[in-house]
Amino acid sequence: MLNITINGAEVKAQEGATYGACRLCIVEVGEGNRRRVVTSCNYPIEEGLSVHTDTKKIIGHRKLLIELILSRAPNSKTLQDLASRYGVEKVRFKNKNDDCILCGLCVRMCNEQMQSKAIGFVGRGKNLKVSTPFAKANEVCRNCGACMYICPMVEVQCRGPQTTGDLCNGCLRVTPTCVDVYDRQMCYVEDCGTCVRPGSQPAGGKSRKQKKS
Amino acid sequence: MKKIHSLAEFSRFQKTWSARKNGDPTVVVSSGTCGHARGSEDVIIAFEKVLSRRGKRPQFDFKVTGCHGFCEVEPIVRIEPRGIFYQRVTPADVEEIISETIGEGKIVDRLLFRDPVTGEKCLHGKDIPFYRKQKLLISGNNMRINPAHIEDYLALGGYTALAKVLKGVKPERLIDEVKKAGLRGRGGGGFFAWKKWESCRNAHGKIKYVICNADEGDPGAYMDRSLLEGNPHSILEGMIIGAYAIGVSEGYIYVRREYPLAIQNVETAIEQARRLGLLGKDILGTKFSFDVKIAIGGGAFVCGESTALMSSIEGKRGEPRAKYVHTVEKGLWNRPSNLNNVETWANVPLIINKGAKWYSRIGTAGSKGTKIFSLVGKIQNTGLVEVPMGITLREIIFDIGGGIPDGKKFKAVQTGGPSGGCLPESLLDLPVDFDRLSEVGSMMGSGGMIVMDETTCMVDLAKYFLNFLLDESCGMCFPCREGLDQLLTIVTAITVGKGKPEDLQLLQEIGGMMKDASLCALGRTAPNPLLSTMRYFQDEYEAHILKKKCPAGVCKALICYEIWKDKCAGCAACAKLCPEKAISGAKNRPHEIDPAKCIKCGICKDTCQYGAIQVI
Repeated sequence: MLNITINGAEVKAQEGATYGACRLCIVEVGEGNRRRVVTSCNYPIEEGLSVHTDTKKIIGHRKLLIELILSRAPNSKTLQDLASRYGVEKVRFKNKNDDCILCGLCVRMCNEQMQSKAIGFVGRGKNLKVSTPFAKANEVCRNCGACMYICPMVEVQCRGPQTTGDLCNGCLRVTPTCVDVYDRQMCYVEDCGTCVRPGSQPAGGKSRKQKKS
Repeated sequence: MKKIHSLAEFSRFQKTWSARKNGDPTVVVSSGTCGHARGSEDVIIAFEKVLSRRGKRPQFDFKVTGCHGFCEVEPIVRIEPRGIFYQRVTPADVEEIISETIGEGKIVDRLLFRDPVTGEKCLHGKDIPFYRKQKLLISGNNMRINPAHIEDYLALGGYTALAKVLKGVKPERLIDEVKKAGLRGRGGGGFFAWKKWESCRNAHGKIKYVICNADEGDPGAYMDRSLLEGNPHSILEGMIIGAYAIGVSEGYIYVRREYPLAIQNVETAIEQARRLGLLGKDILGTKFSFDVKIAIGGGAFVCGESTALMSSIEGKRGEPRAKYVHTVEKGLWNRPSNLNNVETWANVPLIINKGAKWYSRIGTAGSKGTKIFSLVGKIQNTGLVEVPMGITLREIIFDIGGGIPDGKKFKAVQTGGPSGGCLPESLLDLPVDFDRLSEVGSMMGSGGMIVMDETTCMVDLAKYFLNFLLDESCGMCFPCREGLDQLLTIVTAITVGKGKPEDLQLLQEIGGMMKDASLCALGRTAPNPLLSTMRYFQDEYEAHILKKKCPAGVCKALICYEIWKDKCAGCAACAKLCPEKAISGAKNRPHEIDPAKCIKCGICKDTCQYGAIQVI
């Protein structure tokens, strides 16, 4: 066990505890012919390692990955913020409007933290989903809700324009930017609407009024 | 059969089998899974019926073996020692074979193979063009061995390589021998076997494993199955030698449940080897102990990936993990594990018996030995071919495979299975070896070779493989799962005429990202079929997108059936069969197809004797 601090909180970390599924943390390591793309979350560091986090290739791949994840769950505030940070303004793919991005956090929470092992991945490829065994309620689940707590999708949806392919990046366009002010926090301010781009029709809340700039 | 307690005892025992001569002719029936599908079991029953008959009948021995490679003409019956090759034998032919060929030494003319090019009949297997250019080092013994009898394997020098090694060859020297031979992994990557062995030997840990990867899942590939079914002892012997070199006492053979005959034959082989003392504690009276277990997989394609395979053996979901720490250091149950493919293991006894010098003379500078390919698709001679590395694709497809049936034109060949690439006619003279294939955007893979003719649409083909991979991806990492899904959506749109010119750029972009950012080799190679078809058949993609036409006439949304008026005799054969009653016309006058009713099933085109129906 190693002691580390993440966002000010002291945590005990186990070596090799990362999952490596989202691939958003890709970086390039090595030089010349030996340069290759690896995920920084689980690549074992060594003395003298040369890491490149901001090459054209890496930024391009990362943007495309964000686009792909967003196409799966376009209404996620977390993902929209991520897109805004990376300057992704358009999703060129068809929206799937799925509620789950299959990040696996809930499965790990249930198995590793709550020691319950009530949920797991079922199926593979495009049929992959998180479920209880045989999709039945089971007694090992204590209804603790830890899976919901950690889920990046259980949150108030982004209220920007929901037209396919168009990201408003509204929260980046106001000064100071919403991302700067609230940082990683989820936007709960229903009626603020600062982030909604002038002239666009908010799709989420009907009660919300558009703020004139 | 008694347990053997010393190397000298083994040597005597093995010699009694290899020296055994049989005066009677032997009837050999090939009966792998491919043979079963074509009715070899009925032929076997017919022979056994004759054998069990009392009274006067010609004397002969009977042997059931695994696949002989030439699957196109199964069931194959060979009469040894004369080497007569009968093809497409039915139970009705059995009596005649026995009375004519075995009784009187005459040839049953109609069962001989006729060379489609020269029209000549081939009496012996070796005369057949299909076999002429092959070099059957690994798969050749399939024709001589009943996989259920260890004696057959011993008679052909089986387990002598193991005995030679156990006589006191140092493990380091053994690894050096494999290094000199230049053996590369036959499973796909082409990694040098000795490097894996050496790293695993040097890895820390008391308990280590050797694993045989028999999770062959490529559509249209069955080399490993044929070896497991036909000659399981050669794989076992290779594994025992490997285990000795690495210093391992436990091994696994991971085989998929879809291969019931292979599982059965390997089980029998392990049982027999244990009984003889070739597996288990103190092998052949030496201090070396090693045993093998069979792990049966559920048939997921991704479990052919080494780390997913190990997860599966551990009883977990077949999900790959990052290989930044190699499996030779942390593999199965986090212990050093050496995984090699079926064919790689089968090469090991050969190298030991014949020597690295002899072995390294076969093949090219970078790729040594032979490789078994399963030659399938639009090809005259479907089957397994074993060829020396460095042979050209043209030789494999046209000389051995007999070219494309029905006088059609060759279009492309897909090597390396779903993760490989499609190569066009201009690359047919490419020598087949690991490095040259990856240079042109394909790969050796495990040896699938799918031949396509002019009636194959390359966009449709890319769609097929994307669909297969999306189904078979484990779904864990985002680039592979979401990337494949979007690639498939875009390619599907192109095949129904909804493609946009900018789609090609987007496909390239996603493909490039997947190659770099995916977790395992499945994701990293998944865009290959798409990218290679885009590279070599760009005109076809452009025809789909810009002209909204499918040049091969496959994509239904982009084609139209039409009757050529000057060719149509008005026989109405097509009109009678048309399920939608879309064809009309007066008797003996040219007919017409109503495009609104036509569902483009193609029945009319297949029926027309005059070639009057065209796809435009």
